[in-house]
Amino acid sequence: MQTYDLAADGLRGLNATLQAQSDETNQTEWTIVNPRGSHAIAVGLDAPIEVKVMGSTGYYCAGMNKQATVHVHGSAGPGVAENMMSGTVVIDGDASQYAGATGHGGTLVIKGNASSRCGISMKGIDIVVHGNVGHMSAFMAQSGNLVVCGDAGDALGDSIYEARLFVRGSVKSLGADCIEKEMRPEHIELLRDLLARGGCDAKPEEFKRYGSARQLYNFKVDNAY
Amino acid sequence: MTVKDNKENAPPRTVPIQSATFSNPINAEIRRAAATGIYDIRGGGAKRRVPHFDDLLFLGASISRYPLEGYRERCDTKVTLGTRFAKKPIELDIPITIAGMSFGALSGPAKEALGRGASEAGTSTTTGDGGMTPEERGHSTKLVYQYLPSRYGMNPDDLRKADAIEVVVGQGAKPGGGGMLLGQKISDRVAEMRNLPKGIDQRSACRHPDWTGPDDLEIKILELREITAWEKPIYVKVGGTRPYYDTALAVKAGADVVVLDGMQGGTAATQDVFIEHVGLPTLACIRPAVQALQDLGVHREVQLIVSGGIRTGADVAKAMALGADAVAIGTAALIALGDNDPKWEAEYQKLGTTTGAYDDWHEGLDPAGITTQDPVLQARLDPVDAGRRLRNYLNVMTLEAQTIARACGHNNLHNLEPEDLCALTMEAAAMARVPLAGTEWWPGKTGAGF
Ligand SMILES: Cc1cc2nc3c(=O)[nH]c(=O)nc-3n(C[C@H](O)[C@H](O)[C@H](O)COP(=O)(O)O)c2cc1C
Repeated sequence: MQTYDLAADGLRGLNATLQAQSDETNQTEWTIVNPRGSHAIAVGLDAPIEVKVMGSTGYYCAGMNKQATVHVHGSAGPGVAENMMSGTVVIDGDASQYAGATGHGGTLVIKGNASSRCGISMKGIDIVVHGNVGHMSAFMAQSGNLVVCGDAGDALGDSIYEARLFVRGSVKSLGADCIEKEMRPEHIELLRDLLARGGCDAKPEEFKRYGSARQLYNFKVDNAY
Repeated sequence: MTVKDNKENAPPRTVPIQSATFSNPINAEIRRAAATGIYDIRGGGAKRRVPHFDDLLFLGASISRYPLEGYRERCDTKVTLGTRFAKKPIELDIPITIAGMSFGALSGPAKEALGRGASEAGTSTTTGDGGMTPEERGHSTKLVYQYLPSRYGMNPDDLRKADAIEVVVGQGAKPGGGGMLLGQKISDRVAEMRNLPKGIDQRSACRHPDWTGPDDLEIKILELREITAWEKPIYVKVGGTRPYYDTALAVKAGADVVVLDGMQGGTAATQDVFIEHVGLPTLACIRPAVQALQDLGVHREVQLIVSGGIRTGADVAKAMALGADAVAIGTAALIALGDNDPKWEAEYQKLGTTTGAYDDWHEGLDPAGITTQDPVLQARLDPVDAGRRLRNYLNVMTLEAQTIARACGHNNLHNLEPEDLCALTMEAAAMARVPLAGTEWWPGKTGAGF
């Protein structure tokens, strides 16, 4: 296992080192100590490595991740795992705004709560939140799955496209064009898998599903507001 | 009395007078709105007349300044972008770049033609909303990758393939607005690249999903640099609205280059009301932006690219004389490729329009095969021929700008300066802060006289 002291050795060296790891690297386990809320920790990774961050992170931790598993043993600032392509990002604590924004793939697990705009503009990522999500989550969400084991704030799924939203608790309000949808057996199966990947013991049957009413898909008189 | 007598003796009547306020085009728009219930969407830039580069003139050399020999003496045109922080700045042979226009809005052959023409002329092209295509990467020796609010097709591999990154905050045609791509143009390929259902009317977001203010932007730029090893120049593109503050904030956030797009700037599609009524004319943007760079001590260290209604070498020279390091062109490049060409007049007529006025680019029916995803129409554009036309046009603009610079006594386009200019109107004098022709005065200037 390799240990990197961010406070002592700096961000550039950290990211350069992690980004230099190839598919064949034998240095597959990395521990970052003293993150101290720094921004852009472990961004742009592209190798099957495991990175543990021993503390809380600032903005954009694990941004644009591919392949790597990044585990934050603390809370994460805004835009964690933004535009992730593949791999796994796990946050033990809470996540600030825009968690998983525009993610194209991979799995983001937030063990605490996520703030507003969780999964905004998501494009294929799977996000599992053990706690609650704030307002405007899954805004313009295009594809992928957002699982919320707690409650969702205002305007969930506003202007949503084809992403699927699963919420166990209450939804304060649904955004424009977002509606509750039938939970069919295939959704239960999908959710079971997502919950297992997210390390959640909630039962899929306890969730409701939300998605697009597809009424805003074409410009017409009655929805041009 | 005969009928004739009656007419001759009748009192004179007023001639019918059309209202300047309720003009025919306005009335037609009222009727269109009343019939359809939806705003007009179109492509292109502002069509109204606004103060522009045409309202400025160069003074040329005289007894106090001597000119350079037109064909013989050197007049450099090279520009380097991204010298502030990037490890690998972009070097261009000419200070005229191709602005960001998306694959989706434009056809594959059109993107290829832009790449070919720009590369042959020694300059860069730019991706757009919708991501990077292999065609444009393959045909562009220098490619700027746009980082837009929608993040359609955004991925770290393409980011690393780019020669520079342009964070798009806004566009001159629609500052404060997002993109639109209507269903007719969402083909299978476009839908797949953007991860959207085929055939929907697509809106792209008007602001970034994961940052809001200038402090966030600074951290976003840090992230982009960390992902690309601090190699790529990072541009920040803004629509012309508050050019002094936007430029200052972009510099503060760590931009290498500021791209400033005035209201005449084209768009692939947006509401007509947006195009015509929001934003500043390009002419009004340049001096405040340059002032901001000067106040921060970074003029020429952070480069300024100006766009919006650039058509000729004279426009290029004027923008540079006011302090720009380079310009970008969108609409003019499309015209060079073959957009709005009179040879398609019969087809424009069928579409209810005419050569020069065709702006329904969002409908995907472009007879010239440029703003369309229709395979039959696209096949009309030969990317090699169209690329050659673009190269020729870029070369002509460069020669024109050099002609002017030499006449003003400069051996480098970047030595053009406001002192080389005068203005034909009070408005242009005020905006460009150059004297009204024949005077030493412009509105707002303190001090007097020659
Ligand atoms: C067809 C078309 C598509 C465009 N697409 C984009 C885009 O995707 N992103 C962007 O920042 N600007 C886009 N623009 C604006 C141009 O980048 C540029 O700002 C503008 O065209 C400059 O003004 P000009 O057309 O007068 O030269 C587009 C413009 C046109 C004409």
